[in-house]
Amino acid sequence: MKKVEAFIRHEAFEPIRQELLERGIPSLSISEVKGSGRQKGVVEHYRGASLTVNVRPKLKVEIVVDDHEKDLVVETILKHARTGSIGDGKIFVYPVEQAIRIRTGEEGEDVLQSHEGVEVPSGS
Amino acid sequence: MTKRLSLVALMASVACLVLPSLASAQGPNAIPNLNSELDITWVMVAAVLVLFMQAGFLLLEVGFSRQKNVGAGVAKILVNLGIATLAWWSVGYGIASLSGNKIFGTEGFFFHHGQEIAGLTVGGGDAALMLFGMLFCAVSLAIVWGTTLERIKFGAYVIYAIVFAAVIYPLVAHGVYGGGLLADVGGKPVMDFAGSSVVHLTGAVGGLAALLLLGARKGKYGGDGKPRAIPGHSMPIAGLGVLILWVGWYGFNAGSTFGTTDNFFAEVALNTQLAAAAGALAAMAVIYARTKALDVGMAGNGAIAGLVGITAPSGYVEFWAAPIIGAVAGVIVVYGILAIDKRLDDPVGALSAHGLAGIWGTLSIGIFGSSRLILEGASPGIWYGITDGGFAASLGQFAVQAVGVAAIFTLVFVLSYATFAAIKATIGLRVDEEEEEAGLDISSHGMYGYPEQFIPAEEFGFASRTPVTPDATKPATATAMASTPSQA
Repeated sequence: MKKVEAFIRHEAFEPIRQELLERGIPSLSISEVKGSGRQKGVVEHYRGASLTVNVRPKLKVEIVVDDHEKDLVVETILKHARTGSIGDGKIFVYPVEQAIRIRTGEEGEDVLQSHEGVEVPSGS
Repeated sequence: MTKRLSLVALMASVACLVLPSLASAQGPNAIPNLNSELDITWVMVAAVLVLFMQAGFLLLEVGFSRQKNVGAGVAKILVNLGIATLAWWSVGYGIASLSGNKIFGTEGFFFHHGQEIAGLTVGGGDAALMLFGMLFCAVSLAIVWGTTLERIKFGAYVIYAIVFAAVIYPLVAHGVYGGGLLADVGGKPVMDFAGSSVVHLTGAVGGLAALLLLGARKGKYGGDGKPRAIPGHSMPIAGLGVLILWVGWYGFNAGSTFGTTDNFFAEVALNTQLAAAAGALAAMAVIYARTKALDVGMAGNGAIAGLVGITAPSGYVEFWAAPIIGAVAGVIVVYGILAIDKRLDDPVGALSAHGLAGIWGTLSIGIFGSSRLILEGASPGIWYGITDGGFAASLGQFAVQAVGVAAIFTLVFVLSYATFAAIKATIGLRVDEEEEEAGLDISSHGMYGYPEQFIPAEEFGFASRTPVTPDATKPATATAMASTPSQA
């Protein structure tokens, strides 16, 4: 099992989610994060004083998949999140030791994503 | 019930429309009495507009505060309005009234019907004027707290509000409007039509005294001593506050005619509008030239500065002078905020918008005061003095205006500083660091102004609120798994 963790622009998320869903990977989590990198901060002007915000808002996407689905996920993220400008973000891949579904207590790769023949809620 | 009420309201509004024409139809004898009632009606409408300004101050201060300090602003406005009302009714009005000596009035305490004040018996019309004055006092008090946002102890509001509404503001009002020392300075009166100095400078100086003892918000000045912006949480709320104040100012200035004679109040209202517009535009232009940003907050401060600037001259200058006065106020407020921000942390810019613009407004009568409009015994402004040869007299009037500003500044500063110093020495003026960090809403008022910003709402639409223990003897089957889509 692998966890793919990607820091992306907000606008890249929706096409990534859509395509992963179509390819049978509906399960993911996102969080709003702020961070710094090569992209510069934003200078705000407030009643004459300027204020530099050095961290930019990004979206963190976390997806845990079977080993063989990892490349598909990474490619999908690269395809939609890359604009070619500084600030597109980064992807990290980690090994995952264990996965447990809280509702039932079952364990293993079966809990990760949907499988053949299982209907998933269609996002639009 | 609702229908009957709305019928009454309709009849009342019809009566309002018909009454003036009835008055002229009934012959000259009926007019004076009806005129006086029309005058008082206008004063009452204006009083409501001035009361509405409290909403403006509330939204302006809340918008310029961070999310953790918004509830405190609400509590403060309501408590201060309450204290100002009772303190003015019981003590303040008596000190401010036309009675007594040149320092303070001696009649009118616990204002009531039939009371003798300065040789006159109190009736309904006097109640209207007393109420109008009360709301001015409340406006002046509201201005004080702009400098103290996000760090002052609530108890300090309460104590200072009592002293301010019972003693400090009434002394100033008596000095200028109650036949006090400033009504006759070397034969000339200090002219302040609706209170650029009496109300706005007084409030700002009280705020200055508080600020000097209170210090800056945590994080306002970096290790290098340079000021940092602490952006307020909502520019739309602050903007709404500015516009409500703008509306309220129609009552504040045009109501200070105390009547409808010659429809002069409309001229005062037009002056007010012209100055506010010029103030907003001038501030916007100046800040854009300096920072290349069309600064939202500064445009609001500019409008307020224009309004404060025209407050004193609104009844004494011609229309052409009003935009000039407003524009100069708009320029002053920007440079004032930029200069003051280097040393003093004034979150809403009250020292500049009410203090500096108030001083400018009071002095501007000495430049633009029109001989058609000024008080008896006063001299027209320097502008007229140059053309009609009365330059020395005009310069004298300008000096008298300056004396008025200096006297009010000194009196209010000394009394306010002493009061705040006493508060600091006893109950303390400032919340502790931890409370400031957490925000006044939760630390002083026990709840967040925006609870869901700080406490997440519960999820909607899940089946059971009670935790379920999976049955260990029956592991979930494949069909059970398939029946529900897998989700992370």
